[in-house]
Amino acid sequence: MSARDIPLEPAAAVPETMPDTVPEQARPRPRTRAGLAGSAPGTGLAPGVPRPDTPIPAGRAHPWRWAAGALALAIVGAGGYSLAHNRAMQWDVVAEYLLATPVLEGLWLTVWLTLLVTTLGFLAGIGVAAMRLSANPVLRMIGVAYVWFFRSVPVLVQLLFWFNIGYLYPTLSLGIPGGPTLISGSANDLISATTAAGLGLTLHEAAHAGEIIRGGILAVDPGQVEAGTALGLSRSRIFRRVVLPQAMRGIVPATGNLLIGTLKGTSMVSVIAVNDLLYSVQFIYNRTYAIVPLLTVATAWYLIVTSLLSAAQYHVERHFARGARREPSPSPWRRLRTLGHGARTAWRSR
Amino acid sequence: MSEHPMIRLVDLHKSYAGTPVLRGVDLEVARGEVVCLIGASGSGKSTLLRCVDHLEVPDAGFVEVDGELIGHHPAGPGRRLRALPERRIRRQRAGIGMVFQSFNLFTNLTALENVVEAPTSVRGLSRAEAAREARELLAQVGLAGREDSYPRQLSGGQQQRVAIARALAMRPKVMLFDEPTSALDPELVAEVLNTIQTLAGRGMTMLVVTHELAFARDVADRVAFVDQGRILELGPPQSVLTDPRHTRTRAFLGRLARPQTPAGSRDDR
Repeated sequence: MSARDIPLEPAAAVPETMPDTVPEQARPRPRTRAGLAGSAPGTGLAPGVPRPDTPIPAGRAHPWRWAAGALALAIVGAGGYSLAHNRAMQWDVVAEYLLATPVLEGLWLTVWLTLLVTTLGFLAGIGVAAMRLSANPVLRMIGVAYVWFFRSVPVLVQLLFWFNIGYLYPTLSLGIPGGPTLISGSANDLISATTAAGLGLTLHEAAHAGEIIRGGILAVDPGQVEAGTALGLSRSRIFRRVVLPQAMRGIVPATGNLLIGTLKGTSMVSVIAVNDLLYSVQFIYNRTYAIVPLLTVATAWYLIVTSLLSAAQYHVERHFARGARREPSPSPWRRLRTLGHGARTAWRSR
Repeated sequence: MSEHPMIRLVDLHKSYAGTPVLRGVDLEVARGEVVCLIGASGSGKSTLLRCVDHLEVPDAGFVEVDGELIGHHPAGPGRRLRALPERRIRRQRAGIGMVFQSFNLFTNLTALENVVEAPTSVRGLSRAEAAREARELLAQVGLAGREDSYPRQLSGGQQQRVAIARALAMRPKVMLFDEPTSALDPELVAEVLNTIQTLAGRGMTMLVVTHELAFARDVADRVAFVDQGRILELGPPQSVLTDPRHTRTRAFLGRLARPQTPAGSRDDR
C-alpha cells in the first residue's frame, strides 16, 4: 500500500544505462551532471550520503512468511477463544481462589522452598565442582560418585526415601565421637515432611549445580589463568577477578533453567503432604471438586513466578555479558522498537 | 655491577609424557641484551621460554634471573632443589614479564583494568596510582583513548600492545615474548614489532621467540637457533641468519624464505 503512495519517477526518466535488474522500489532518478562526475565534490552533498541517483536495494518480500504467521495466529486464537468460553473452566471459581489465603500460603511455601533449595544446592554445588576439579584424585572420585548417584535417582524416589528415613535410622543424634551426645531424637520428629522435602531437593540440586559450575569454569580459556599466573597474581585472585566472572556467563543461563526447574520440581513435595502450591489447590478441589479451575489457579501462579524469574535472569545475564561481545546487547525496549521498525520496513517493501 | 647475567639457563631438560622437548639448554643473556629464539615448530622454543617464568618446571637443570634461582631454594649440598613456597614464586614471576602468542588479555576487563590488575594486587599500589601508571603505559604503546575498550573491541595488534603494557606495569627486569606476532594479520605485525623494538632501545633485557627474521636481524643482539630441544647455533644475527654454520640452520632458514611450503607454516604450539 505505502509503496504505491510514494510517487515514482516516470519510467521514461530512467536512463538507458541503468541495469534492468534495479528493483522498482529503488526509484532511480535521472543522472545529474554531478552524479556523472562520480563523487561528492561539487555536488554539495556530505560524504557518506548516497548520490541522488544511487540505487537503493530493498528487502525481499516474504508473502509465505506473512501467510504462515496469520494461520498460526488464527489457530492459537481459536484455541484461546474456545478455552475462554468453555463453561467448565469456571473462570469465576478461578478468580475466587486465585488470591485465597490457603493458595497464597501454598505459594509462599513453594517460593521459599525454591529459594532455600537453590541457595543451599548452589553452596553445596560449589563444593561438588571444587572436588571434581581438584588435583586430589580421592576428592575427584568422591565428586564423580556424588554426581552420579544424585543425578541418577529420581527426586520423587529420594523424597520418599528421606520421608521414610526413620525405618533406616530410628534415632538420630549429634555428638562428639567418643564424647557426650549433644542432640538426640526420633528420626520421624527431627525429619518432618518439609525437612525431608528440603533435604531431597537440595541434594539433587547440588549435583546439578555442581555440574553447571564445573562446566562454566572449564569453558574459560586456560590462557586466562596462565596470563594471571605469569603476572604473579595469586590463584584465588585469578579465580575471583578473571575465571569466575567469565564462568558466570555460562553458569547464569543454566542456573536460570535450573531455578525454574526447581520451582516446578517443588510440586513433587505434595506427595509427602507438604503444603505447597499444588498441595493447597489439591486440598481445596478434593473438597469442592472444582478440579480444573483450581489447577488453573496453580498454573497461573507457576506462570507468574516463572516469568518473574526469567526477567531477573535476563538482567543478570546482561550484567555478566561484560566484554563478551563487541557491542552490548540492546535492552528489551530497544529490541521492541527495532522489531517494530523491521515490521514496518517489511510491510513497506512487501 | 652486572657481574652475573640477567638470565641464565643451565642444562635445562624437560619431557612431556616421555617425549623429550628440552634436551640440555644452556644460555646466558646479559643485562640489556635482546636474544631472539628461532626454530621450527615443536623444537622447544616456547617450552624454553615458559621455563624462565616457571610456568613449566624443568625436569633437570635450573633458571636464574638476575642471579636469583627461579622456583627453588638456592642449591644446597645435595642434587635435589627444593621448591619455593607459592608466594615466593609469585613474587619472582612478578619481575618477569611474559607476552603470549594469543595475547591472553582478561576478556572481562577493559584495557585499563587489564593493566591495573596486577600492580594493585601484587605491587600493592593504590588504584589511583596504578591507573595513572597504566594510562601512561597505554599511551606509550599508542593506545591513549582506548582505556575503556574491552579486548574484543580491539584489533589483534592493539590487544597485543595492551598485553605488553600489562606486562610492563609490573616493572619487570626481563621481558619474554612467545611468538608475539604469530596470531596477527600481516598488516598488524609491524605495530607490535615497533613497540618491542622501542623497548629494546630503552635497554630492556628480552628473550623473544619469533619467526620474523627481519625483526631478529634488526633488533636482536644475538640469535639462537633451537633445534630438537637444544640451542644448535648462537651468535650475532648477521652470522646466524646470513652465514649459518649448521646445515640444519640453513635448511630451516631456506624453508622460511619460501613460506608457501607447508614445512614453513608459521603456527607453533
